[in-house]
Amino acid sequence: MKKDIILAGVGGQGILTIATIIGYAVVNEKLNLKQAEVHGMSQRGGDVQSHLRISDKEIHSDLIPESCADLILSLEPMESLRYLPYLKKNGWLITNDKPFVNIPNYPDQSKLIDEIKSLPNHIILDADQIAKNLGSVRSANMVMLGAAAKFLDLPFEKLEEGIKYIFGSKGDKIVETNLKALAAGDSQTK
Amino acid sequence: MKKLLLLGDEAIGQGALDAGLSGAFGYPGTPSTEIVEYIQGNKKAIEKKIHLDWSANEKTSMEEALGMSYAGKRCIVTMKHVGLNVAADAYMNSAITGANGGIIVAVADDPSMHSSQNEQDSRAYGKFALLPMLEPCNQQEAYDMPRKAFELSEKYHIPIMLRITTRLAHSRAGVEKKEELPENKLHMPEDPNQFMLLPAFARTKYNKLLEVQNEFEKESENSEYNQYFDGDDKSLGIIACGLGYNYLLENFVDEKCPYPILKIGQYPIPRKQIKKITSECDEILILEEGMPIVEESLRGHLDNTLKIKGRLDHTVPRAGELDPNVVRKALGLEIEAKLEIPEIVVGRPPELCIGCPHRDTYIDLNAVMDEYGRGHVFSDIGCYTLGFLPPFKAISTCVCMGASITMAVGAAAAGFFPSIAAIGDSTFGHSGMTGLLDAVNKKSNVVIIILDNDITAMTGMQDSAVEGKIEKICKGIGVEPEHIRVFVPLKKNHAENVKIIQEEIDYNGVSVIIPRRECIHARKAKQKREQFKFDSGGNK
Ligand code: SF4
Repeated sequence: MKKDIILAGVGGQGILTIATIIGYAVVNEKLNLKQAEVHGMSQRGGDVQSHLRISDKEIHSDLIPESCADLILSLEPMESLRYLPYLKKNGWLITNDKPFVNIPNYPDQSKLIDEIKSLPNHIILDADQIAKNLGSVRSANMVMLGAAAKFLDLPFEKLEEGIKYIFGSKGDKIVETNLKALAAGDSQTK
Repeated sequence: MKKLLLLGDEAIGQGALDAGLSGAFGYPGTPSTEIVEYIQGNKKAIEKKIHLDWSANEKTSMEEALGMSYAGKRCIVTMKHVGLNVAADAYMNSAITGANGGIIVAVADDPSMHSSQNEQDSRAYGKFALLPMLEPCNQQEAYDMPRKAFELSEKYHIPIMLRITTRLAHSRAGVEKKEELPENKLHMPEDPNQFMLLPAFARTKYNKLLEVQNEFEKESENSEYNQYFDGDDKSLGIIACGLGYNYLLENFVDEKCPYPILKIGQYPIPRKQIKKITSECDEILILEEGMPIVEESLRGHLDNTLKIKGRLDHTVPRAGELDPNVVRKALGLEIEAKLEIPEIVVGRPPELCIGCPHRDTYIDLNAVMDEYGRGHVFSDIGCYTLGFLPPFKAISTCVCMGASITMAVGAAAAGFFPSIAAIGDSTFGHSGMTGLLDAVNKKSNVVIIILDNDITAMTGMQDSAVEGKIEKICKGIGVEPEHIRVFVPLKKNHAENVKIIQEEIDYNGVSVIIPRRECIHARKAKQKREQFKFDSGGNK
């Protein structure tokens, strides 16, 4: 088993939380994991990404080689395209369609979506809206994690356990909302 | 046993703790920050009352570590590569004083300059100081090496550098813990003159350091971190240091690398293994993160008959970090066609947070500077450096910690007017205070703006060493009290703040303006930290 995943987004959108939950699930499955992330200057509203590698064998590089990622999971449409050089030929791109506009020259959204749709394997969903319907826009990242669940080859309960573990200190209500968001994301990819 | 999932930085912190650490010293700097942060957040460390406060800068932290070592205890001092320049005076001399209790100098280099002004290679300093170094290739080695470092440090009475780079510092993997060692008891150096570098003593000690170089080399030759892996195809031999080794193996995931490999994780460079690989192989490829340090020492100045490939002949790019693809190209392996980034994708540079106090300060400042034209504001290193970018374009320089004030002083001496410095509170504590003393002594005509957001924000919300003390410090240094002006950078105060800046520009002498408002993330970070200390029953 081997999965190479690029998590993409903008500083503050919560990709590191996704990475932590997957990390929790992976370690409990006795698999190997390497997860490289961006800190420092780039976090102030700039583009951020995390390379997440899961394998039952030893993993050498902390970075995914180009053309090797099985999946790009992005919290924002333009950022999903920034890492295409890493994507395998028939890899999957799963992205939130809600743009994060903090630059004046943000590209035309419909053109972005066209670009994503030109890829053979893609899933586009409105994670913000789904999360909003559940009462918490902030859990859009968990909707996205849910949408990727089937591609991770990890037991779904392990992701749920990860959520309980990570959000446990914030109270039952927050755990509940995030679990719902995860399930809602999952149901989008039937 | 369940593995701990740790960043490379955190692995160093945990490794040092489990190896009998008594103190962690450092100044926050990406990518090194999480070493001390991890120790600060560790329940056991708090219970054991391990020393874990941030220092004012890297030099003070290095010297504090020397003091703890003098007292016989084991300590770690952490910094980023450019921080080692600040600590260099103490670090270089620490090679002569040596250590009593073990000292680890953990330095995180930033090849590719993800958040730095240059990509200097700290191994050059290790070599310069004639001290051994360790360089982990993965998180497990990052955990294991502090133990080895303390051992070496106490065996030879010298500090040991532990060098990592951004990628490992900020990447997480499973790490297996080892049994915990107890802390050292307090004890003085056996030789009462050990830390006394009067020339007569220093000369003797320097000679000793030179004599012991052979032994350092033997340690390297016998180190478990310098390994030789034989290969059938001797047309090429590969020397891979630190992370370079992983990127190499990544290119041979399902097969064995056909070439002999020398993996280097301990310096000085092991001569025996170098002799072996260079005599066995027709060509040598060198993979090292940072500068061509190993490569240069192998090439020397003379043309060698042996063909050496690396950064100097551009088999590997001269600048920037390694990655699996860079290494693949260097190996001459086939590269698959990749997808391109669509043209529609544009850059998304970082920016000051919405609601950041610096935004308002720059709006106030720009309103005044419209009259004088841009290019008058010397800046420094922190979140506020982002004020260089649109929409503010408020500042013009960023050189090294503290240089805003001193550059303004120099420009004023040239007759430049107005000459303004913008520096953050933490940077001011780090190395702005001495510059301010120069300004006062030289009676410079400068305006120093100390942007006080109550925290070291850029590196992740560490306390600022000058919190609550800035006015007193400025007064103490000799700034006229009526020219120390504080304002709150908020929209509603704009007119008043503009007036203050204008008045101080008009004053011929040293003025300090302190725009003061908390970073919007600072309160949350502080609350979290207090809560943690409370939860863990820590009373540091
Ligand atoms: S982290 Fe704080 S100081 Fe830095 S840009 Fe954001 S609000 Fe400003």
